[in-house]
Amino acid sequence: MSNSIKLTIIGGVNKDGTKEPVDRVEVNPGDILGIVGPTGSGKSTLIDDIEQLAQGDTPTERRILINDEEPDAKMRVDPRLKLIAQLSQNMHFLADMSVSEFLQMHARSRGKDPELMHKVIELANILTGEPIHEDDHLTVLSGGQSRSLMTADIAVISDSPIVLIDEIENAGIKKQDALALLAGEGKIVVVVTHDPVLALMASRRIVIKNGGMSDIITTSTEEKNVGNRVSEVDNWMMDLREIIRRGEIVEGVV
Amino acid sequence: MKLVVVAGTPGSGKTSVLLHTIKALKRRGNKPAVVKVDCLWTDDDKRFGRLDVPIRVGLARDMCPDHFTIYNTEPMLQWAEEEGANVLLNETAGLCLRCAPYPDSCLAVCVIDVTTGPNTPLKVGPLLTTADIVVMTKGDIVSQAEREVFRERVLEVNPDSLVVEANGLSGKGAIELAELIEDGVEAGEDMVLRYNPPLAICTLCSGEKRVERKYHMGVLRHLDGFMEYKGE
Repeated sequence: MSNSIKLTIIGGVNKDGTKEPVDRVEVNPGDILGIVGPTGSGKSTLIDDIEQLAQGDTPTERRILINDEEPDAKMRVDPRLKLIAQLSQNMHFLADMSVSEFLQMHARSRGKDPELMHKVIELANILTGEPIHEDDHLTVLSGGQSRSLMTADIAVISDSPIVLIDEIENAGIKKQDALALLAGEGKIVVVVTHDPVLALMASRRIVIKNGGMSDIITTSTEEKNVGNRVSEVDNWMMDLREIIRRGEIVEGVV
Repeated sequence: MKLVVVAGTPGSGKTSVLLHTIKALKRRGNKPAVVKVDCLWTDDDKRFGRLDVPIRVGLARDMCPDHFTIYNTEPMLQWAEEEGANVLLNETAGLCLRCAPYPDSCLAVCVIDVTTGPNTPLKVGPLLTTADIVVMTKGDIVSQAEREVFRERVLEVNPDSLVVEANGLSGKGAIELAELIEDGVEAGEDMVLRYNPPLAICTLCSGEKRVERKYHMGVLRHLDGFMEYKGE
């Protein structure tokens, strides 16, 4: 996989059709870019624009460049050429297939070895509490199992230089582990989030208002420090959550 | 006159995708006209009407909706000509999936709903396998992996088709589809259907209501696949 991918977002219009304030964002390999803003403000729409390599042909009129150029039309549709993997907010599979059948077929669609499915299931089972088996039916998996499988599938089968992640904190899985798994070396990661831990892990974050990119904030050293403290609190919360999940008592745990 | 025949399972989003495509076609300087064929009822003429394009509705009622579409293709083209259109968009009702309403010289577009699952492309038959363009809708409801698996299945049954991912709500895919329509073929003289119509006439078509086997004639297929001719 080539590591020399540079992603550029050229601004379009707000929901009311006026020009959005941020008119150009460049993202380099290894960057984590956050997207923040109120619900319904248009965060997922920005992610979708990137996923489909919009060329002024979506309602936002944004354009997405790869290495400063308009990408080839084939790159937009053929999964074998796709540079982008996307973990959307969807929590469930609708496909009426077994886990193994689905993963093998997905591997084929991306021009990868169908045997990779074993690795996907193995990884997914690190992220989720209740193990997934290869002959499980996709539609009976829980929300957490589905998200784990989608995450592992992206890390292994859709392994791409650009990774888009939509609100992983709602997934009911270990979010920092999941992010580490998805980010990999030298990838561009764009993450939509309401979570301070994730938002402050990003080097920059785009603020979305009224459908448009209204501002871009660079995470300062002071913010990074806040991020580290929040992360400690978060880990403490996670530990407590696990204790409660196991049916144990939290008295005396600090 | 370019002829575009849009078919697909009910509720797959044919009308919504077409509405966005018409806007895109108009912005690019085309003059589209629309004929919407449905079986029993439609108010889609109102939806299309808002776009200020010539629109006609045809209800097949108790005639086979695909036969109705095919039988009326000539007058539809004539009407579109009179309206000064350069593209006729014909949205069919297509229901039973045994045949496909595509003539040879048209742009055949099959709209298919991704949320129905990756086995659907195997079930849709000639409607999908003889299409030039397959439009996948509602992709925003499933994961990227599921969209990719669905696309793979479409290409398994129709390797020569162009797959367009569209969204009837956001308008995604409409510009791509408009470009493909502009590159589409002109409706010809002596057009022939791409796919064989279903087996001869059946007793139901001629009004038989009784269920018992002895009343049914023609070319008949048994549950186990055995086929026979019963009649004179």
